Amino acid sequence: MEEDGKHAGESRTPVFRTVNLTKVYRGDGNDVWALRGIDLALHEGEIVVLLGPSGSGKSTFLNILGGLDHPSSGQVFFRRQELTAFDDNALTLYRRDHIGFVFQFYNLIPSLTARENVALVTEIAANPLTPEAALALVGLEDRMDHFPAQLSGGEQQRVAVARSVAKRPDVLLCDEPTGALDSATGIGVLAAIEGVNRELGTTAVIITHNAGIAAMADRVIAFADGRIAGISVNEERLPAHAISW
Amino acid sequence: MTSLNKKLFRDLWHIRGQALAIAVVIAGGIATLVMALSAVDSLQETRRAFNEQYRFAHVFAHAKRAPNWVAKEIAAIPGVQRAEGRIAQDIIIDVANMPEPARGRVVSREAEGQSRLNDIVIRRGRDLRRAHPNEVLVNEAFAQAHGLQLGDIIHGNFNQHRRGLRIVGVALSPEFVYAIGPGDVVPDSRHFGVLWMSREALEAAYDLKGAFNNLTLTLSRAGSLADVIVQVDRLLAPYGGIGAYGRADQLSDAFVTSEMEQLEHLAVVIPPVFLVIAAFLFNVVIARIIQADREQIGLLKAFGYSYIDVGWLYLKLVLLITALGIFIGWSTGAWMGYAVTGLYRDFFRFPFLHFQVDSSTLAISACVGIFSAVIGTLSIVRRAVAIAPAVAMTPPMPSAYQASIIENLGLAQFLSQPARMIVRYIFRWPLRAMLTITGIAFSVAILVMSLFFFDAVGKMMEVHFFETERQDMSLTFVELRTDALRYNIDDLPGVLLVETFRIARAKLRLGHREERVAIRGLDADMELSRLVDINDRVVTPPPEGIILSSTLAKLLAAREGDIVTVSALEGRRRVRQLPVVRIIRQYIGLGAYMDRRALNRLMGEGDIISGAHLSTDRRIEPALYSALKGVPALLGLAVRRAALKTFSDMIEQHLHTMIFFYLTFAALIAVGVIYNSARISLSERARELASLRVLGFTRREVGAILAGELALLTFVALPLGCLAGYGLADLLVKLFDTKLYRLPLYIADATYGYAVLMVIAATIGSAWLVLRRVAALDLIAVMKTRE
Ligand SMILES: Nc1ncnc2c1ncn2[C@@H]1O[C@H](COP(=O)(O)OP(=O)(O)OP(=O)(O)O)[C@@H](O)[C@H]1O
Ligand SMILES: [Mg+2]
Repeated sequence: MEEDGKHAGESRTPVFRTVNLTKVYRGDGNDVWALRGIDLALHEGEIVVLLGPSGSGKSTFLNILGGLDHPSSGQVFFRRQELTAFDDNALTLYRRDHIGFVFQFYNLIPSLTARENVALVTEIAANPLTPEAALALVGLEDRMDHFPAQLSGGEQQRVAVARSVAKRPDVLLCDEPTGALDSATGIGVLAAIEGVNRELGTTAVIITHNAGIAAMADRVIAFADGRIAGISVNEERLPAHAISW
Repeated sequence: MTSLNKKLFRDLWHIRGQALAIAVVIAGGIATLVMALSAVDSLQETRRAFNEQYRFAHVFAHAKRAPNWVAKEIAAIPGVQRAEGRIAQDIIIDVANMPEPARGRVVSREAEGQSRLNDIVIRRGRDLRRAHPNEVLVNEAFAQAHGLQLGDIIHGNFNQHRRGLRIVGVALSPEFVYAIGPGDVVPDSRHFGVLWMSREALEAAYDLKGAFNNLTLTLSRAGSLADVIVQVDRLLAPYGGIGAYGRADQLSDAFVTSEMEQLEHLAVVIPPVFLVIAAFLFNVVIARIIQADREQIGLLKAFGYSYIDVGWLYLKLVLLITALGIFIGWSTGAWMGYAVTGLYRDFFRFPFLHFQVDSSTLAISACVGIFSAVIGTLSIVRRAVAIAPAVAMTPPMPSAYQASIIENLGLAQFLSQPARMIVRYIFRWPLRAMLTITGIAFSVAILVMSLFFFDAVGKMMEVHFFETERQDMSLTFVELRTDALRYNIDDLPGVLLVETFRIARAKLRLGHREERVAIRGLDADMELSRLVDINDRVVTPPPEGIILSSTLAKLLAAREGDIVTVSALEGRRRVRQLPVVRIIRQYIGLGAYMDRRALNRLMGEGDIISGAHLSTDRRIEPALYSALKGVPALLGLAVRRAALKTFSDMIEQHLHTMIFFYLTFAALIAVGVIYNSARISLSERARELASLRVLGFTRREVGAILAGELALLTFVALPLGCLAGYGLADLLVKLFDTKLYRLPLYIADATYGYAVLMVIAATIGSAWLVLRRVAALDLIAVMKTRE
């Protein structure tokens, strides 16, 4: 298994490092092993795409990185801190300060406008972008005062991206961000993620079922049955606009 | 079990907390209904049986001295079934171990059970025996209050002769179920006793051989009360008759009636409040379930389930919860009814008191419970039935929100994003917010209303004992005495101030309305017993005209300046036209007042008094009491301190139980409404709140959004609830307005304070229950599914 790619020299501290990470869902009789020992390092500023069949443990892995879930065993390090030692309050602060999430179902607050959904995060962040700047980043500067119900799915997802990046997170964790979108709209969203990675240097982890998207990554990590089945490094990252499916 | 029924029970289990809260609110309504109706039924049935078995009279009349043949004439009046003359007299009783004299009512009894009307139940001992003139039966309450044993001797002043009486029995009578002394506010069994003595002994004592001074009669089935009263009055007038009256004016029976009316009013006022709130809770809870089930409903229809299958599914859910509520309501209602009936057993003196819950009571209460549940949910279930199968296939849109009016007023800049979420959520579902506010307001209102009873009774007491009847003691005399007597009383030990008064019976008539009253004649400069008008100003009777209490004025439809016809029932029985010069505030009884001299002129018997109010020196009261026991003319004595004590004892025992029930109910409503409203907003917003947690908001911050919403709704509801409480109190004041007493519409500030604090406590408690769930929000599960 190849650990280091071109963009991830040994000199750089990884953003995440996991050590023999496992997750077991105990059921009566048959336990489900969602993760069976993951050792992985993710580096500053890279875009990583996670691929793999349904049920292979991608979301579980991402949720543990994001501090939404606890592993059954193993360790997760965020920079030099051990996430697995954090209590619930510490995890909340960790999410607040360092992590941006984008989900398949956009999870906007329906009672807040686009601008306010972003402001929700910037109000509690230490060094945020303005909501306006964040929305400009995803090309929604014209729709700032619309409520989610007045936006299309793609627009809602771009608001979700803007909301995630507005606090200048260290990491952007995206679980099937284009899953509910058509190709053109999905590309708009991916372009927004790519733009953020380029302009703010945000590390991005993207789960997808769409192998085409892998082309925009620095590294592509394949999951299978709770394990890492392989890691490939792209010499050249394709811009999001060049992708299609 | 079919899969649909499995779903039904899983749904029910899922909302068990809310279902229980609703069931409890329904139970509150049903329980009040069952409690009130069963207590009324029990009292009514008990009274009916007692009155019938012991031949309680229908008409009562008092005269000075009527020959026995007049009773026979009265018995011959058409419509009269049976009439009996007897001797009844107020007396002073001297009981060993009690320094102050007690008042009593002595009633003649034909020896060895010959009396046919107003018979008695002998609880202990035996009946009177012929040729034992000093034997006496006493009423049970008095015997118990003094620990009197058979064979004990008590003393009475008969026509100015002191006489020892041997107790041979303890008895109860339908006439004295509520044994209240004349002029008393509540029964004081220590200071008021009923004695039964042989007719011969009393004839001798009061010089009434071959005559009677009291007459009672029963009506035949066809007899008309009004016609018979007119005839009796005509026949007794020459013998000093002061006007016959029916059971409605018989003090004891009227009190029992008024108590039953109170219970009936409660049954009318309280349950609807509960049931309206239950209907509202059903409405919001079922609406939420159906909203969450939209796609499932669409699917079921796509599978081929009919509209009726779907509608019935949700209706069954409602009916199951209602059934639980009815069951809880029935059992607690029966238990409460039993407790309340037990109170009445101590309060009223019935020889038996059978508690019963009619099946009709149960049926009625179940019907109103089901009715309110169905009313609350019908429109919602219809909406569910109307959901098209295609709904299952289309993803839901995010709820459409708008900027609320608050923000359009330019206040937005002051609101943080979470504050905006609260405000917009409330304005997104204005009807639901209003219903929640209404529910919370109702619980405040019920609290205010129940605590209002204390305030009102306290105020009544204050006005009666501290503003108007301020005398330490009131004396009444055997005979109408000239004013000279006043100077003898002055000489008694410890008497600081004496004010005399006269009482004379009369009929007041205005238009076709007529009331029998005791007019009190007062001197101009009374310090002790005063009249106070509606504006708290002290009123003195002018030399001409009559002053009426507001209730009497209302009964006569009289206003200041009207001329009433006063027909004296004593003295020369003159008839005069008098102007109503003032209407005064009075919460107890029907008062009519005149200048004493004017009253004496009207009666035409010279300068006469019938009693005196005293201010006394407490330190030498014992000396005064023993001196009073030796005053032969003394007929009655009321001690203010004792009256105050019995009054507060009664509140203690009687009111507390009822108020405990109300307070529990109010708390149940508050918790039911607030808990449900918080649960619904939690379930509707679980996703939103979980999103916030994912974004890095702490539990506390997320909880604050829910709590803030509750706080805001509660905050708006509190003043409304206080207003509604005032409204309910006003309604009760109107309903409880009887001839005997009425409640002042007075609510202390502290009452509002307590009500508000208790509802805030309920809000905090329910919020705590719900906020615990915020901690348990499953962040991953919420993120992984679409709404
Ligand atoms: N709460 C849970 N209880 C039991 N098993 C679970 C739970 N959540 C996930 N799993 C199991 O863990 C395994 C990994 O799930 P995970 O959601 O990580 O898969 P995934 O790779 O994201 O799949 P997909 O591409 O379909 O989203 C699956 O077999 C799943 O059934
Ligand atoms: Mg997944």
